[in-house]
Amino acid sequence: MKAKTLKAGDRIGPRQQHNWDWRAASNFIAGGAGGGLLFFAALASLAGTDVRALLLVGMALIGAGLTCVWFEIGKPWRALNVYRHLATSWMTREAAVAPLVFVCGALALLTGHSLFVLLTGMFGAAFVYAQARILSADKGIPAWRHPRCRPMLVATGFAEGAALVAVAAPFVMTSAAGQIGVAAVTLGLLLIRVLLWRSYLAGLRADGAPEGSLRALAAVDGPFLKFGNLLPAALLLVAALGAPLAGLALIPAGLIAVGGGWLVKYTLVRRAAFTQGFALPHLPVRGRGPAGAAVKPGWGGAS
Amino acid sequence: MTRYVMAIDLRRCVGCQTCTAACKNANATPPGVQWRRVLDLETGEFPDVRRSFVPVACMHCDEPPCEEVCPTTATKKRADGLVTIDYDTCIGCANCVMACPYEARSIVHEAKFAYGDTPIASEAVRFDPARIGVSMKCTFCVDRIDEAARTGQVPGRDPEVTPACVNSCISGAMSFGDIDDPNSNVSRLLAETQSFRMHEELGTGPGVYYIWDKG
Repeated sequence: MKAKTLKAGDRIGPRQQHNWDWRAASNFIAGGAGGGLLFFAALASLAGTDVRALLLVGMALIGAGLTCVWFEIGKPWRALNVYRHLATSWMTREAAVAPLVFVCGALALLTGHSLFVLLTGMFGAAFVYAQARILSADKGIPAWRHPRCRPMLVATGFAEGAALVAVAAPFVMTSAAGQIGVAAVTLGLLLIRVLLWRSYLAGLRADGAPEGSLRALAAVDGPFLKFGNLLPAALLLVAALGAPLAGLALIPAGLIAVGGGWLVKYTLVRRAAFTQGFALPHLPVRGRGPAGAAVKPGWGGAS
Repeated sequence: MTRYVMAIDLRRCVGCQTCTAACKNANATPPGVQWRRVLDLETGEFPDVRRSFVPVACMHCDEPPCEEVCPTTATKKRADGLVTIDYDTCIGCANCVMACPYEARSIVHEAKFAYGDTPIASEAVRFDPARIGVSMKCTFCVDRIDEAARTGQVPGRDPEVTPACVNSCISGAMSFGDIDDPNSNVSRLLAETQSFRMHEELGTGPGVYYIWDKG
């Protein structure tokens, strides 16, 4: 018997989640970029760059993302309860890292001590990682729990951070060598991001995922590759080769690369976030007929 | 040990939604929120078409992903297998909603009533403001289970301490009881039949068994 679904009735197949809207997406968009920025600002400080403005922007991005989330939760005045489950919840861990970022960042700004700058960068990286773990722990959204989603999210967070350093490089780095270095690092991170993105998409298709997720992600694949990565990569290459005034190419390159990452994260958290849906490995035996074949409505790819 | 589970015989379910109505009545859930509902699935191609009904709700998992991700510890798993939510601790972040592969959880951000902004008499009596802005889901009628501990009655056998949906089922498709007790009705039923659990491959260990054929 063919097990083709004729009618997917009341909420059987996967459906787009509506509990996390743009405010939740903003936390991943701004927080990831901010954490990545703090990490690469700390690295840039090792080369003697004045990174105070970068630290300020990184903390502002993280703070903006958390503020958006605060406006989304149902009981904002109980928000401190978020700290009660450090043992297993990555949301608690993300929230625990945030004050460390702000305290170390503030001390770094006030004292200029390199130790605090480095600690801020380290906690920024931890914030990016915690955000990726939040999504991968959510088993109800197949596009998030896929094992290749987490590295892709971390990669785009770091790529965005490096890209923001690239945007600032013409203003905070006086040496051409420093700007070339930033361009080269950002270029490398964009390459890693693209490889992990394509690997993620291929993994989703191979392992099976809700059709809505596959459609939403496929819709941004082309623009993300061309405009989010190839275009800034070309501009970064110009900068990395050290052409005259090429440092100025870092600004659009960085902004476009950041925009590409934000597009992917918004798509992932909102448009591609389809639920698991329901599936029956066996249809029940009724009367004298045999059991029906397995059904899994609304899924595409291999499954 | 005690591990309360539910067994649902898909061969018997006729999709009447009486369990859905009984749940709404017992738990006073707001419009648009169904802690229990019955999926209606049509499959096949004419003339070989079949229709299946699948009651779904919180699966009260062995390894509840909602509990793991909950940042507040509002969601807890009890020793008897029931997964509970402390409405006074939950912040309504919806992380548990995303973690649940069974779409069992809901968050309602403002009071809703059947006929507009003003509750009808029964709604006014039973309206619980603690449930606004927090996560909520099927409790397996936890108050009744706790009552059993006080009275000595047996959940799944005595209707007073059995979930409302199970009591209401017109076809006897739903059973409830302690799977660790080999003499409980669910243990005997599951031993005599073939069953599966929803999305077992995800490793959540759901506490709801779907019977699809005889043993």
